[in-house]
Amino acid sequence: MAGTGKAHLRNSDDVLLRVEDLVVEFPVGRTGLKVNAVSGISFDVLKGETLGIVGESGCGKSTTGRAIMQLPSPTSGSVIFDGTDLTALSGEPMREARTKIQMIFQDPISSLNPRRNVRDIVLEPLSIWNRGTKDEQLATVDKILEHVGIDPQRAAESKPHQFSGGQCQRISIARSLVLNPQMIICDEPVSALDVSVQAQVVNLLEDLKKEFGLTLIFIAHDLAVVKNISDRIAVMYLGKICEVSSSEDLYRNPAHPYTDVLLSSIPVPDPTVAVKKVSVEGEPPSPVSPPAGCRFNTRCPNASDRCRSEEPTLREIEPSHFVACHHPLTGGDAPVTVRNN
Amino acid sequence: MSPPDVVRSEAEPLVETVEIKTHFKTPRGIARAVDGVSIQIRRGQSLGVVGESGSGKTVLSRSIMGLLPRNGVIRDGSVRYQGQEIGNRSSKEMRAIWGREMAMIFQDPMTSLNPVMKVGKQITESLRLHLGMSASEAMTIAERLFRDVRIPEPTRRLNQYPHELSGGMRQRVMIAIAMACGPNMLFADEPTTALDVTVQAQILELISEQKRDRNMSLLLVTHNLGVVAGYTDEIAVMYGGKVVEKAPTKTLFADTKMPYTEALLRSIPRLDQPSHSRLATIPGRPPDIVHPPKGCRFAPRCAYVRDLCLNEEPELQQAATPDHTYRCFYPVGSPEYLERKVELTRKGELVSTGDLN
Repeated sequence: MAGTGKAHLRNSDDVLLRVEDLVVEFPVGRTGLKVNAVSGISFDVLKGETLGIVGESGCGKSTTGRAIMQLPSPTSGSVIFDGTDLTALSGEPMREARTKIQMIFQDPISSLNPRRNVRDIVLEPLSIWNRGTKDEQLATVDKILEHVGIDPQRAAESKPHQFSGGQCQRISIARSLVLNPQMIICDEPVSALDVSVQAQVVNLLEDLKKEFGLTLIFIAHDLAVVKNISDRIAVMYLGKICEVSSSEDLYRNPAHPYTDVLLSSIPVPDPTVAVKKVSVEGEPPSPVSPPAGCRFNTRCPNASDRCRSEEPTLREIEPSHFVACHHPLTGGDAPVTVRNN
Repeated sequence: MSPPDVVRSEAEPLVETVEIKTHFKTPRGIARAVDGVSIQIRRGQSLGVVGESGSGKTVLSRSIMGLLPRNGVIRDGSVRYQGQEIGNRSSKEMRAIWGREMAMIFQDPMTSLNPVMKVGKQITESLRLHLGMSASEAMTIAERLFRDVRIPEPTRRLNQYPHELSGGMRQRVMIAIAMACGPNMLFADEPTTALDVTVQAQILELISEQKRDRNMSLLLVTHNLGVVAGYTDEIAVMYGGKVVEKAPTKTLFADTKMPYTEALLRSIPRLDQPSHSRLATIPGRPPDIVHPPKGCRFAPRCAYVRDLCLNEEPELQQAATPDHTYRCFYPVGSPEYLERKVELTRKGELVSTGDLN
C-alpha cells in the first residue's frame, strides 16, 4: 500500500493546497528509533473542494493535518498553499499565513478556554490581529455566532462548560471563521458527538462552506461521514496514501483491499443485512518499524511475495481514481481474489 | 429436571426489572436518570439499549448490576435475577453475583484496567477469588481465555502491563476478564466506541461469538443504531430516562412507531446516499432530567407534536406485533402523523432520505 507517487496530483490553476513528499518523523526517546508518522505522501486540494482523509488511529491523518499548519513543521517535503511554500516560512510571515488556514479539533470542550466567556473566545483572533475597531470586531463576532446557531447574548454571558458538546463544536467553528480563512482543516470534528448532533454539525459545515467560499480538509475515521461531506477522499494506512478517488467512486468501486476492509467494517443500521465477516485480522503494525514493501501486506488477504518486497506506487486505474496496490480489486491487473461481498 | 420445568425456565427471564427508578440528588434538584424502566432478558438473548448521551442507558445497566454509589441515590422498583430480588442487596452481597453471574465490559479499557498490575494478575484475581483456584490453575485458565479472545502470544501478553497493549488488545483483555468466571449475563457499555472501525467489527464479532458459545445473555448499551442492528435480538430505545420504544430488532427497523426512533435512524449518514446529501437532524437538545417536560419528553423536539403531547404523558402502547411497545399518541403511520408529514413535506421542512422502510 503505500504509496509514494504523484500520478494523482492535478495541474490546475484552481489548486489551493499542494502537498508533496510530506514526511513527518518523531524520535522515540533517546533510542535512536523514530516513529514514521507520515512517510512521503502527496496530495492536492482545489479551491472550494472538500478533501476527506480517512484511516485508523495511527495512520498519520491528524499528523498530516497538523503538518500543513506547520504544527510542527514536517521533517521534509513541501506544503504549497496559495502559491507560497509554508515550510520555507518562519516568524511573522508564518503567523500571517496561518490566519488563512484554520483548524477545528475533535474535543470541542477541551479546545476552548474554560475560564473565558464564549464571545471573548471567538473575538480573540480578531483582537490579536487588530482587525477593525472594537465595535466592528464585536459586530463580526455576533454575526458569525448567529451563523453557526449560537445566541450572541448567551455567548457573552456564558462559559464553554455551559454549552453542550455540539454547541461547543459550533463555537470552535465560529472562532475558526472570524479571520475569514480560505481553508479549514477539520480533525475528527464530529466523532465525539451523538449521531443526531453529528448530522447538525455536518450540515452546518456544508452551509458555511457555500456561504464563505471555503475549502475543507475533513479528517475522520468514519467513512460514512467522510463520504457524505467530501468530494474527493484519500485513504491512509500507516503513513502512506493507498487510494485517492472521488467519494462516489471510492464507495462504488474500492480498488485497494484496505479500502474494502474499511467499507465492510462499517456497521449497517439494517438488521436484514447480514453482518459481514471481518476479512482482516489484527491491528496495524507499529509505525516505528513499518513492514517492507506494501505496508498493508501483513494484514492483506491478497498479499503476494511482490507485495512483501516492492512498494506499490499510486497509479490511475480509472479516470481520477488512483490506487497504490499491486493487486487492486478493480481495474489494472486482474485481481488475485474476488471481492468477498 | 422434568420437561415442564425446562420449558418454564426457558420462558422465564434471566434478568428482569420492574419499573425501576434511579434518581440522583444534585444541587439543582433530583435528576431522574432512570425513571420507571421495565425490561426482561431471557437466557441466551441479547438486548440493545440505545439512546443519546444523557438518556439514562448507562445508569440503567449500572442499576441492574448494583454498581451505583449508595449515597445520593434514590432507587425504587425491582431488579430480579433468576427470579430473586437483587435490587436491595448491598455491595457485599452483590459480590457473590459480580463476576460469576454478571459481568461488565466498559467503554474505556485503559481506565478500567489497573495500570500497575500485569494483565495476567488481573485476570487470575477473579478466578482465584470466585472459583478458589490455585495460582497455577488460574494461569492455565487465563491462557486459555486469552486464546479464546484471540490474543496472539497469550503467555507473553499475560506478563505485560495494560500500557504495553493497544486499545483493541486491552478491550480483548477486558472481555477475557469478564468471561473468566463464566457469567450468565454480560453487560457491555459502549464496548467499541473508543476503537477503530475495523477493530470495532472484530470486537463485536468476538462478543457475539462468546455469547453464542456460552449461551450467555447480553445487554449492549450504545448510541450507534448500526452496532445494535447486527448484534441484538431486541432493542430498547431510551429517551430522558424512559424506554420510549421496545421491539424485536427487525420489527423496530421495519415498523418504527416512535417518531424519535425514526429521527435517530434518519440522522445516521449512510454509505448508499450520494455525497453532500442533506442529513436529517433532530433539532434542540435532550430534555433536562431535573425538570423534565410535562407531557411526552420528546414533544419539544418532535416534528409531529400536537397539544396533547405537550400536556399529557403517553402510556406504553402495544403495537400490532407482539413484544412491540412504544410511548406515543401519534405514532409513525397514524392518520395524524401522515397528515403532518404531508404538511412538512410541502413546506420543504422534511429532509428526504428516501423511504426508510
